[in-house]
Amino acid sequence: MKINVDRERCVGAGQCVLAAAAVFEQNPEDGLVELLLPEPSQDLHAAVTEAELICPSGAIELQS
Amino acid sequence: MSSPDAIVVVGAGAAGATTAETLRRQGYEGRLTLVGAEPHPPYDRPPLSKQILSGRWEPDRIRLRGPEVYDRLGIDVRPGTAACRLDPAGRAVELADGGRLRADAVVIATGVRPLTLPGTEGVSGVHVLRTLDDALALRDALALRDALGEGRRLVVAGAGLLGTEAAVAARGLGADVTLVGTAPVPLLDLVGPQAAGLVAAVHRDLGLRFRRGRVRGVVGRGGAATGVLLADGTHLPADVVLVAIGSLTNTEWLAGSGVPVGDGVVCDGLGAARPGVWAAGDVAGRPDPRTGRRRRWEHRTQATEQAVAVARNLLAGAGARPVAPLPYFWTDQHDLKIQVFGEIAGTDSCHLVEGSAAERRFTAVYCVEDRVRGAVAVNLPRSVPRLRSLVETGAVWTGQPTQA
Ligand SMILES: Cc1cc2nc3c(=O)[nH]c(=O)nc-3n(C[C@H](O)[C@H](O)[C@H](O)COP(=O)(O)OP(=O)(O)OC[C@H]3O[C@@H](n4cnc5c(N)ncnc54)[C@H](O)[C@@H]3O)c2cc1C
Ligand code: SF4
Repeated sequence: MKINVDRERCVGAGQCVLAAAAVFEQNPEDGLVELLLPEPSQDLHAAVTEAELICPSGAIELQS
Repeated sequence: MSSPDAIVVVGAGAAGATTAETLRRQGYEGRLTLVGAEPHPPYDRPPLSKQILSGRWEPDRIRLRGPEVYDRLGIDVRPGTAACRLDPAGRAVELADGGRLRADAVVIATGVRPLTLPGTEGVSGVHVLRTLDDALALRDALALRDALGEGRRLVVAGAGLLGTEAAVAARGLGADVTLVGTAPVPLLDLVGPQAAGLVAAVHRDLGLRFRRGRVRGVVGRGGAATGVLLADGTHLPADVVLVAIGSLTNTEWLAGSGVPVGDGVVCDGLGAARPGVWAAGDVAGRPDPRTGRRRRWEHRTQATEQAVAVARNLLAGAGARPVAPLPYFWTDQHDLKIQVFGEIAGTDSCHLVEGSAAERRFTAVYCVEDRVRGAVAVNLPRSVPRLRSLVETGAVWTGQPTQA
């Protein structure tokens, strides 16, 4: 699994961090998403899929 | 209930699209249809009054998922298809195009539509803002110039989130803008007095006029708007009028279905309205455990979180669990990014946590009897996780109250 985030679409709601704190972080300055692990390991896939689903702006894109 | 093998999701906005996606991701393998009245595949609404109206983004940027995602997940997305009747006894959804879809379970995600002013139907120059088509029509109307090259005169009726954001975007397009609202300053109840004060200052700096009052009607000549009339008799000239005074739920198609409808679809804490019928998003009225009252939320993150919960509960049978997502919304007002958790209206004290209004970045919590019920962050996104948890736990605030 490979993750792309579109920081321009991100609205800084932080839903992704709640779902998968190991993978996503909010930039302390602008609050927008930062990717910690662009290619997360298998055990994180469920949490990442959850993040993609609940992200309110469609800023997270997954490629399997 | 035995597990469903045909599910119809009605309404292809954020709530409907997320419900359909979640059903698949939770392992549902039966037939899955997502019908939406709008001609577009699912897209995101918040940018309409921000990046789309201001012209910074083109429409393809707000698409929620590419068509390949729905193909891959086996979701039959049908834009341009309105549902006109729900027949729970016959387990079917009837479509305006004459089609009929079998449905073991139905999810109602038909959202809301704007309230209009009486007598404005068909009057040119009068706009609402809910859909992509609305946003593009308003953008086009505001792009016009008069013979002297002057921008349009816009009056925005209603100074809520929608009205204020649209007013800011319209200023950016060169329009002469008057915002009319009933509160002493826009957004007072929604974001609290400190943040509302900053918003008012930003509006003034942008040259946006605010007028306290209530728009009673539109004045026109030859089928075109020439101004608005306020309840106190004042006449405000306008070439374009945006009506942003609230919304109505899209529930007419449920008439005679036995689905309880009040302010929206009346649901329980699981998101169910009756056996096999569920609702999510702006249209859903749910019990709010924080206040004990039933209410609807018109917030983007509620739509997705309710949708995820409804999809899970629909498939969970006896394992369904009530969910009450924490109320949250954000608004962009020029260079102010405001994020609000819980509810500020109805609280009895306010405490500044960080920063200050003078620095134009601060966070504050709002309490009822010292328990945190609401929180606001202005240009301080890094503090948001902490604020969220203070509201979520209803933490007791022990600091000193600050003057509002
Ligand atoms: C301009 C604008 C800006 C916003 N900005 C923010 C913001 O900054 N922050 C925030 O938190 N929230 C914001 N919101 C609110 C947020 O967008 C909504 O809460 C969210 O879109 C609700 O999603 P929904 O799927 O419930 O409803 P909708 O997105 O309204 O989707 C419902 C869909 O159902 C369709 N439909 C209706 N009747 C039928 C029928 N009979 N058959 C088939 N389809 C039907 C409708 O055409 C519509 O496409 C904004 C809303 C608007 C309009
Ligand atoms: S959930 Fe989406 S919008 Fe929110 S911070 Fe993460 S990427 Fe950004």
